[in-house]
Amino acid sequence: MSVTAHDTAGMGAFVEDDSAQRIYLAAKRRMLWRRRLLPVAALFALLAIWEVSVVAFGIRPFIAPAPSAVFKVLVSRIDILLVNLVPTAIEAVSGFLIGNLAAIAIATAFAYKDTLEEAFFPIAVMVNTIPVVAKAPILVLLLGNGMEPKIAIAAIICFFPTLVNMTRGLRDVNPQQLELMHVLSASPREVFQKVRLKNSLPYLFSALKIAASTAVIGAIVGEWIGSTQGIGALIIQATYNFDSPLLYATIVVGSVFSAAFFGLISWAESRVLTWNVART
Amino acid sequence: MALAALDHVTREPAPAIANSVEAAVELEQVSVRFTTDRGTITALDGIDLTVRRGGFLTLLGPSGCGKSTLLRVVADITRPSSGSARVLGGAPSAARSRRDIGFVFQDAALLPWRTVLENVTLPLEVGGGAPDGRARDPHELLGLVGLAGWEKAYPHELSGGMRQRVSIARALISSPKLLFMDEPFGALDEITRDRLNEELLAVWERTGTTILFVTHSIYEAAFLGQEVLLLAARPGRVKELVPVDLPSPRRIAMRETPQFVALVSHLRRVLETC
Repeated sequence: MSVTAHDTAGMGAFVEDDSAQRIYLAAKRRMLWRRRLLPVAALFALLAIWEVSVVAFGIRPFIAPAPSAVFKVLVSRIDILLVNLVPTAIEAVSGFLIGNLAAIAIATAFAYKDTLEEAFFPIAVMVNTIPVVAKAPILVLLLGNGMEPKIAIAAIICFFPTLVNMTRGLRDVNPQQLELMHVLSASPREVFQKVRLKNSLPYLFSALKIAASTAVIGAIVGEWIGSTQGIGALIIQATYNFDSPLLYATIVVGSVFSAAFFGLISWAESRVLTWNVART
Repeated sequence: MALAALDHVTREPAPAIANSVEAAVELEQVSVRFTTDRGTITALDGIDLTVRRGGFLTLLGPSGCGKSTLLRVVADITRPSSGSARVLGGAPSAARSRRDIGFVFQDAALLPWRTVLENVTLPLEVGGGAPDGRARDPHELLGLVGLAGWEKAYPHELSGGMRQRVSIARALISSPKLLFMDEPFGALDEITRDRLNEELLAVWERTGTTILFVTHSIYEAAFLGQEVLLLAARPGRVKELVPVDLPSPRRIAMRETPQFVALVSHLRRVLETC
């Protein structure tokens, strides 16, 4: 809340009561820590059950490795894991940037030219429903090997959700806000900058958060189909060699990167959408 | 609460004699029809109306009587299907682009990503801003509507009544000659509504702005208006123009006087036949 305490106190609605306030804040802090710690505790409990089950039932490591074995590989082979993360990260981030910038540019064009939107938006919605794993092989066939096709896959995967969401955000504006701008004789450019663009930001960020994880999936799926390096290539190699601890460790590295990317976008969202986040 | 703040507001210079005779709003045989899948709806049918400068007209009628449509015609949001609408002697669009019109919407229509202060100053940023010398001090206006100290708050932090006060301050920022209000207090509780009614009258008396005010409350229409325009529905047409002869300044307590009660019962009787 950006209304400071003295503002509201000045309105006479609140009274000073330090002890009540302290109890309230302490309870609020406890709730916050509870919500943070409980999932962590549950995670460790699940890992413990997994570890015990692998030992108790004598499950062989190549079928399902114990968490401790995965952790050991994660430490001992971190150099290989990180070397392979680099190309995947470059592909995912480049694809994310290219795909989203293109989507934002085209959504903006749609907002200015209704004819363009009417012609191409339904196609975008249709292509958006094709699953990632179905689109990837087509692109590898089209673009061949190397880093470029992976970037292209990540970009195209990011492109459609952002285009669809951003277009909706630019279009679904409160009609009274548009009438207000009309009464104020605002130009189309002013309507775009002061109303439509701002209105689209929550839609854009929810698309960017989806794109942050799908860009990584796109790069990995691209690497499955034809590559010698990267997280996707390492997954394929580890699977063929029955090196399950390495496979799991690779997945952990990929997931941590994906989660960090998602976290970065969420952080940016909370910085940009101050009026929106404050509500939740 | 905000009444003390009114002393800071200076009244507009008295209009020249020629202007004072001229009408603020003139409608001549204005009709508005909408065509839908289920056929054509006549929202307004041959409306004749004149509102003098500095007047306060309330528009009252059952839902579907076209009272909002009438307001939208004079604000140049809706174009009449036939007939002519003139605002300050010219086309409504000319009055709009001169910033002579301020519009207050039913749901405040604030931009949620702007603070209270930024919402109030929006009209100064777009469409060329206010004409020279007509931009008012937003802080003074926020004081006028009783929101001093809330400049940095966002709309979601305000109550419905406070949001509507912000939108009134926004409508007043470029000193419009006309203020069109479309059921602005419809969603508010009765106590807040009473207070805002009194404050609106004070603003009107101080600024000399011509106000057209749509409402579905008989009490509000009678309390605020110098004249009450009663509209009948399907098709929307003028039923009766009732002059209100209550002493000034008006206070909420006045609603208990026999004169006010008689006026309200007359309006109610006419409305029942609409």
